[in-house]
Amino acid sequence: MYQILKQILKTGIKTEPHPVADDALRTAAQGLQAEILHVFGQALSIRHVDAGSCNGCELEIHALNNPYYNIEGLGIKFTASPRHADMLLVTGPVAKHMEVALKRTFDATPEPKFVVAIGDCGCTGGIFGESYASCGRVSNVIPVDVAVPGCPPTPIAIMQGILAAISAR
Amino acid sequence: MQLEDLNIEFHALAGAIPAWRAQIGADRLQPVCAQVRESGGRLLALWGSDERANGQGFALHVALATHPGLLMLSLALDANQPAYPDISAIFPPAERMQRAAYDMLGLCAKDAVDQRKWIRHGCWPEGQFPLRKEFDFTQKMATGLDAYPFIPVLGDGVHEIPVGPVHAGTIEPGHFRFSIVGERVLRLEERLGYKHKGIEKLAETMDALQGAKLAGRVSGDATCAYAWAYAMALESMTGVTPPPRALLLRALLLERERIHNHLGDLGYLGNDVALSFGFAQFWILKEDVLRANGALFGHRYLMDRIIPGGVACDLPPQGKARLLAETEKLEQEIGTLRAIYDEHAGLQDRFLTTGRVSPDRAAKLGLTGLPGRASGQAWDLRAQYPCAPYNELDVRMATHRNGDVAARAIVRVEEVLESLRLTRLILDKLTEGPLTAPVPSAPAGAYGIGMVEGWRGEVLIGLQVGADNRIARMHPHDPSWQNWPVLEHAVIGNIVPDFPLINKSFNLSYTGQDL
Ligand code: SF4
Repeated sequence: MYQILKQILKTGIKTEPHPVADDALRTAAQGLQAEILHVFGQALSIRHVDAGSCNGCELEIHALNNPYYNIEGLGIKFTASPRHADMLLVTGPVAKHMEVALKRTFDATPEPKFVVAIGDCGCTGGIFGESYASCGRVSNVIPVDVAVPGCPPTPIAIMQGILAAISAR
Repeated sequence: MQLEDLNIEFHALAGAIPAWRAQIGADRLQPVCAQVRESGGRLLALWGSDERANGQGFALHVALATHPGLLMLSLALDANQPAYPDISAIFPPAERMQRAAYDMLGLCAKDAVDQRKWIRHGCWPEGQFPLRKEFDFTQKMATGLDAYPFIPVLGDGVHEIPVGPVHAGTIEPGHFRFSIVGERVLRLEERLGYKHKGIEKLAETMDALQGAKLAGRVSGDATCAYAWAYAMALESMTGVTPPPRALLLRALLLERERIHNHLGDLGYLGNDVALSFGFAQFWILKEDVLRANGALFGHRYLMDRIIPGGVACDLPPQGKARLLAETEKLEQEIGTLRAIYDEHAGLQDRFLTTGRVSPDRAAKLGLTGLPGRASGQAWDLRAQYPCAPYNELDVRMATHRNGDVAARAIVRVEEVLESLRLTRLILDKLTEGPLTAPVPSAPAGAYGIGMVEGWRGEVLIGLQVGADNRIARMHPHDPSWQNWPVLEHAVIGNIVPDFPLINKSFNLSYTGQDL
């Protein structure tokens, strides 16, 4: 225990200032009302859905939880069930084999809800495109509020995308 | 075993690793496999290709690891009824690869016990085969539902827990069907293939240079290993040797990929036993490595830095000092954290004996890569077939015999420390020089193999190029193919809440096997 405490003290606080929303990432004019913001208050629950990524984007989503980005410090946490979620964070081109699962996850998420598509693949289908096995971009399958490009996008860019989705214009 | 013992006429494949290729008849497949198996060899990969455009039928390719090197066996199969003898009784990992070869190409493993589909769910109908040349890559078909006959477990008090494809954590999609009594797992059956996105077929729309970028996205967390294996395959068929500086930089990047993945896993293993301190600490170290990657090489995960012919980045002048300082800091911090993990009773209680795969079982089932080494399977390409620059680095392989979560954690710690030692050696050897060698077009019909020890295990790329430098067939093979079936064994008798921990300790790729 002593060693753990010593190490914690030595490490100090690593968390850096959080970025601000990047409005440019919005894909469509969101009918965002103060009401919705009120519903979410200062806490947001996110359900991540990997719909067919190369797993590169997942690496950066994991990084959001590390002490530098400390996304929980913003009141944002990842939840185990879509039924507890306010937002879906969707990565990858949507593999055909994940199409049904993604739609069902979306349907299981209560209103009001947001969808943020992550990565070049989520935005456009990326290198995998559309084919017999891939539906391409996320918005081909479910409605998307914000799309964050990058291969993979940095943790800062992902945070900006999440904030853009929930902040009023 | 010597190659001559097999009585086959092999010809050597040019390239960075010792490899031989031979055409054999279908009747020779089982005896040759059995002989290789008896002498301690392993199955690395199995895939098919459509050769009908060349006036032949189909072909089956079997990659075997033997003491002298890699053996590539090719079988010519009939155009109308492509079938070959089942080898899954000799090499258990062959089972799913054979089922995939049927789904993708219609090649049938005669007399195989399990003939269920594997990669195919509902996105293309039975009787159609995406990797046949007449199958149109861009066609859109209505998606059907996946009716998959799981194997039921019957008896008093047995019930099933279906999990996935969408999981509770930030992990890739797959389905796990647990049959349990009380808290204990009687049986786990995996259903993968959810991430199938047509990578192999997509490659056939590209030329050989474009394929490098795709190969680097088969499994993003192992992008360096895939990019290097791809480059190696293409370089072997075009007779290119990258310049010495490029090879050293490749090794530097590959070791950094191993370091950041192992650090991340060590953090998550702590987290999974409620020691969030471990997560925070190891992920600070991981983030530091990623930031250094971004600052020095221009990409946090080093995607597209290894290219055919060499590398697409250089170590900037201030880089050496930064990496040496980082290495020293990592060694110190890992020493401290290792001591804390070692002495933490709660953590050790969860790690020890959990998800155990004995060396004997590991050998029977063909467990490979990092989990293999944690179960006594002393196999690391960097030591076995050390390609340049590893032939000058004398890699010290980490192994353990307990085969439990604790052993897989210890092997990770030791491999990170070894990678740090290699980093120092590489930095020391790095002299100025060019970063790339020109890569000419490959001759039509060329065939190449690349294989690299990624952080999970060996990553293999089989490449065939047709006319105009177009890819005729690209098969990327992830070590997860071998290890997923062993995970089913590792959880037997464990309690359900330990599954996430055991799964994390293997940390297998879904996308790498779904393709
Ligand atoms: S955007 Fe890039 S990192 Fe993300 S899933 Fe696509 S290929 Fe992988």
